[in-house]
Amino acid sequence: MDSVVLIYKGIYILAIFGISLLIATYSTYFERKIAAFIQDRVGPNRAGPMGLLQPLADAGKLFFKEEFIPAKANKVLFILGPGIAMLVAAMSSAVIPFGDTLILGETTFDLIAIDVNIGVLYIFGVVSLGVYGLMIGGWASNNKFSLLGAIRAASQNISYELAMGLSLIAVLMLSGSLSLKVIAEQQAGFNWNIWYQPLGFLIFLICAFAETNRTPFDLPESEAELIGGYHTEYSSMKLGMYLFAEYINIFVVSAVMATLYFGAYNFPFMDNLRNAFDDPVLGNNVVTILGVGVMFAKIFAFIFFFMWVRWTLPRFRYDQLMKLGWNILIPLAILNILLTGGGILLYDYFTKG
Amino acid sequence: MTESLFFFFASLTLLCAVMVVISKNPVYSVIFLILTFFTISAHYILLNAQFLAAVNIIVYAGAIMVLFLFVLMFINTGKNVEGTIKQNVLAKIAGTVAGGLLFTVLVAALKDVTLGNPDPATFNSQVGMVENLGKVLFTKYMLPFQLVAVLFLVSMVGAVMIGKREAGEQNF
Repeated sequence: MDSVVLIYKGIYILAIFGISLLIATYSTYFERKIAAFIQDRVGPNRAGPMGLLQPLADAGKLFFKEEFIPAKANKVLFILGPGIAMLVAAMSSAVIPFGDTLILGETTFDLIAIDVNIGVLYIFGVVSLGVYGLMIGGWASNNKFSLLGAIRAASQNISYELAMGLSLIAVLMLSGSLSLKVIAEQQAGFNWNIWYQPLGFLIFLICAFAETNRTPFDLPESEAELIGGYHTEYSSMKLGMYLFAEYINIFVVSAVMATLYFGAYNFPFMDNLRNAFDDPVLGNNVVTILGVGVMFAKIFAFIFFFMWVRWTLPRFRYDQLMKLGWNILIPLAILNILLTGGGILLYDYFTKG
Repeated sequence: MTESLFFFFASLTLLCAVMVVISKNPVYSVIFLILTFFTISAHYILLNAQFLAAVNIIVYAGAIMVLFLFVLMFINTGKNVEGTIKQNVLAKIAGTVAGGLLFTVLVAALKDVTLGNPDPATFNSQVGMVENLGKVLFTKYMLPFQLVAVLFLVSMVGAVMIGKREAGEQNF
C-alpha cells in the first residue's frame, strides 16, 4: 500500500515536471504566434507543420552556440545563476492541486504532488527565492549593465512581494486554511473566490506580472536602457535557461491564480454531472478528468492573457513602477483586508445571529 | 531515520555557518548564510514546526538576504579586503582570547543544562502548526505580539524620516 503511494507520487511529480517543461517550451512558440497575430504578421512557420517544431529548433540552436564566459566574471556564480533560476521556477508547481481524486480499485489517488498545510507559504517562499538567480547571475557577469539589471530585479521583486502577500491574506481570511488543496475544495461548483475578492485578484494579477518580470514590468531586462539587463553577458543554453525559467514562472503563477481565485479544477454543475452517473466511482473519475481539463484551460487562458498584455502595453518608467507598488498597491491591499474582515463580520452577524 | 536526518542537517548547518565566517568573498558569505537558513528550516520541519520553517525562508532568505546582497553588490567588495584592514599581531591575539572566553562561557552555560524531555502523555505534536501557533499568539501572548507590531511601526517611521527629502534638497 505504502509503496504504491510512493511510486505513484514519484510518477506524478515527474509528470508535473515534464508538463511544466512542455508548456514552457510551447509558450515560446505561442508567444511568437500571438505576437505575429497582434502585429498582423505570419510568425514562425518554417519548422514542421505551422512551425510547430520551432521550439525544438530554437533549443537545438541554443545548445550548439558557443559557451562564453567573460574573462573577469566569477565563473562559479556565473554558472550557478541560471541553475538557481531554473531550479526555483520548477519547484513551485509541487503544491498545486491539478485535479481532485481518482479512484482506481481500492486506492484513492490525490492529484497533487505534496499536500502540505502551508502550501500558500511554500509558494510564497519559493517565489521570493526566484530573485537570487537573477541577482547572482547579474553580479557575476562583471558588467555594469548586468549589475543594474540585477539590482532592478531585486528591488522590483521585493516591492511587489509585499503587495502580493497582503492580497493573499484576504483570501486566507476567507478560506481559513493555508493548504491549496483545501482552498480548491472550498470553491466547489461556481463558488469561486473571484466573486468575493475582485480587488484582491486585481492586485495579485499586477504583482504576478511584476514578479515574473513580464511587460509592462520587464525593467530588469529593458533593452532600451540596459542592453539586455541581467543576462547581457549570457550566451548559449545558459541564456536559454533564464528565458525558459521565465516561461515556467508564468505557467506556475497562472496555475496559482487559477487555484486561488478561479476555482482550480471546479466548474459549474459538476455535482449534477457527478450525480448523473449510477456508479459513484465512475462519476467521480469522470468529473475529476474533466476538472483537470478545466484547470489547464484556465491556466492556458492566463498564459494567453500574459502574452496579450505583453504585446499591448508599453513598459513603465522605473519611478512609476516604484510609485505603483508602494503608493497604490500596498494601501489598496490593506484596504482590501479591512473590507474583507468587515464583510466576514457582517456576514457572520446576519447569518449566525 | 529522523535521527540520521538530524545529524546530516546539523553537520551541514555547522559547515555552512563556518563557511560564512571564513569565506574571503563577501558574496560567498551571503550565499552560505542563505544555505544556513535553509538547513535551519530543515530542522524546523524535523521538529514539526512547518510555519516557522516557511516564514524563516520567506523573511530571512527571501527578503533580508536579498537586501544584504543588494548592498554588497553596490559597494564593490571582494577586492583588497586583506590589505585595507591592518592586521597586527596584537589584534589577532586579542581576538583569539576574546573568542576563547566566549567559547568558555558557552560551554560553562551549557554544561549544567538539563534537557527537558517532553512527557509523551501530555505532549502535543501539533503545537507547531499554523492554527495552534496563531491561537497562542492571539490569546496568551497578545500584548507582546501587539508591542512588537508597534516596534516595527516605529522603526518604519524612523526609516522613512531618515530617507525623507529635506526642503530644498535635489535628488533625482
